[in-house]
Amino acid sequence: MTASESTAVRATGVERVFGTAKRSVQALTDVHLEVAAGEFVSLIGPSGCGKSTLMRLIADLDQPTGGTLEVFGKSPRQARLDQDYGIAFQQSGLLPWRTVLANIALPLELHGVPSAERSKRAAELAEMVGLGDFGGRYPDELSGGMQQRVAIARSLATQPKLLLMDEPFGALDEMTRERMQTELIRIAKETAAAVVFVTHSIPEAVYLSDRVVVMSPRPGRITQVLEVPFGRDRGETLREAPEFFERVTAVREALHGTPVERANER
Amino acid sequence: MTATDPVAPAPRRRTTGAGMPRWAVWAWGAAGIVALVLLWELYKLLGPADGVVIGSERDGLRILPRTHDRAMPHVWTMVARLFEATSGANTPPLWLTVAGGVLTTLGIAAAGWVIGVAVGMLLALVMQRWRIAEWGLLPWIVVSQTVPLIAFAPLVSRIGNQIDRNLFPWPGWISVAVIASYLAFFPVAIGALRGLNAPDAIHQDLMRSYAAGYRQSLFKLRLPAAVPYLLPALRLAAANAVVGAVVAEVSIGMRGGLGRMLLQLAQSASADPALPWAPIFGAVLLGLIAAGSVALLGASLKTYRRGEAQV
Repeated sequence: MTASESTAVRATGVERVFGTAKRSVQALTDVHLEVAAGEFVSLIGPSGCGKSTLMRLIADLDQPTGGTLEVFGKSPRQARLDQDYGIAFQQSGLLPWRTVLANIALPLELHGVPSAERSKRAAELAEMVGLGDFGGRYPDELSGGMQQRVAIARSLATQPKLLLMDEPFGALDEMTRERMQTELIRIAKETAAAVVFVTHSIPEAVYLSDRVVVMSPRPGRITQVLEVPFGRDRGETLREAPEFFERVTAVREALHGTPVERANER
Repeated sequence: MTATDPVAPAPRRRTTGAGMPRWAVWAWGAAGIVALVLLWELYKLLGPADGVVIGSERDGLRILPRTHDRAMPHVWTMVARLFEATSGANTPPLWLTVAGGVLTTLGIAAAGWVIGVAVGMLLALVMQRWRIAEWGLLPWIVVSQTVPLIAFAPLVSRIGNQIDRNLFPWPGWISVAVIASYLAFFPVAIGALRGLNAPDAIHQDLMRSYAAGYRQSLFKLRLPAAVPYLLPALRLAAANAVVGAVVAEVSIGMRGGLGRMLLQLAQSASADPALPWAPIFGAVLLGLIAAGSVALLGASLKTYRRGEAQV
């Protein structure tokens, strides 16, 4: 099946309505999106535009009320059961009673991976996110940035071909954030995984992504998709490059330029 | 005793007390006992022998207790009495008799605690799994604790006797343990329910994303997360089990335990004023052993009591 191998996510007319028939909220409407294997796609938009909702639908943490959604050619549910994706949130969600290594190994443990293989893989991943010396520490002994690295390592444990990230660097300070972005680019390249990355930082979206999906609220929908053709070899110098700022401006205009529907109702 | 909320966890506690070294904790404990002894002896020294009574001596209101040796024996008299014969020349020393009572009641209270914890955990698991069970059960669990023990104890005792006669042997101590468990299960059910529901939405989302089943998320997430809520509940359950066992012994008239002893020796108070204090010391010891055992259990579960990971 070439289709399932080349397309990580395919959304066709996806819709999500919350609430009852009487008082309903259109969280997402008519979303069409395709994420190729190995592609890095950011979802950006103001609060309430449905970017997190879309990510949760892909993760099968929530079900669409309309349209179809495929993950590697399967239903999101099947993809979840097959552990096709790894996920990370704004909060690390580490289990405080588990060490760094035990936290990273949790998904493997739940799927009955033998103990020796588990600890080997966890050690590799801890090394990969630069926490090789911290394997035996507990989450409360780590800084916020380190905790987030553990969460990312954990999301990679089952070697998924798709990474879902919901503002994973949202709670970090700017310097840590930039360092983590650079590391994420390296990790995405090393693992060749597709990434769906939810953010509300424009420079972050531009720096990381092959494509930036701009969304808008009430009803939540995709308003524009911008290409960011900088390739996968991105260094720190890109942050200062004129073409980077050009893209940032383009995304900003896409975000603000689209008239907000109910602005005149205020 | 600190008032313990059965449902509030004690997060982030990593040092003993408020960062005190271990010896200081013991020193403060000892100072508390010394202060109590001093207070007792000081009042006995300074207070009027017949106390203070408002109104006539016969039917007035006594607002301060009497201090003569029959009402308030000296602390050293009470301690010395422990090493004398229980009653008459050929009986074992009093401390040994009391120790026997303490052990008997401790065993029964422990059995009651185990039953109570098992029942409480089971109820919490059922209520956590099915919301409708929580709606149905929780009010009854709360109401159950309003039934007075003295009303409830003879009923259990009677059922026990019937079982003993018709089905299988049912010694009195089992009835006492059941009554003790009736008080012990309550904090466990409430605390465990809170604890099992403690994991954040993000943890539940993660477990779902790992395609973890109910059993897996119970053992890997909910039970470990419940530990900080469970420990205060277990401590409360231990205290309740001890109180329940002592009271139940009295109300169903079981011999050999501390409850019966408290009652029996109190009757000799006028002739032998220091005597009734021995089982009271025994009761204090019993409470300390019960609380200490749960504290040990808590120490063995230290890993699960690390504070929530910082965001």
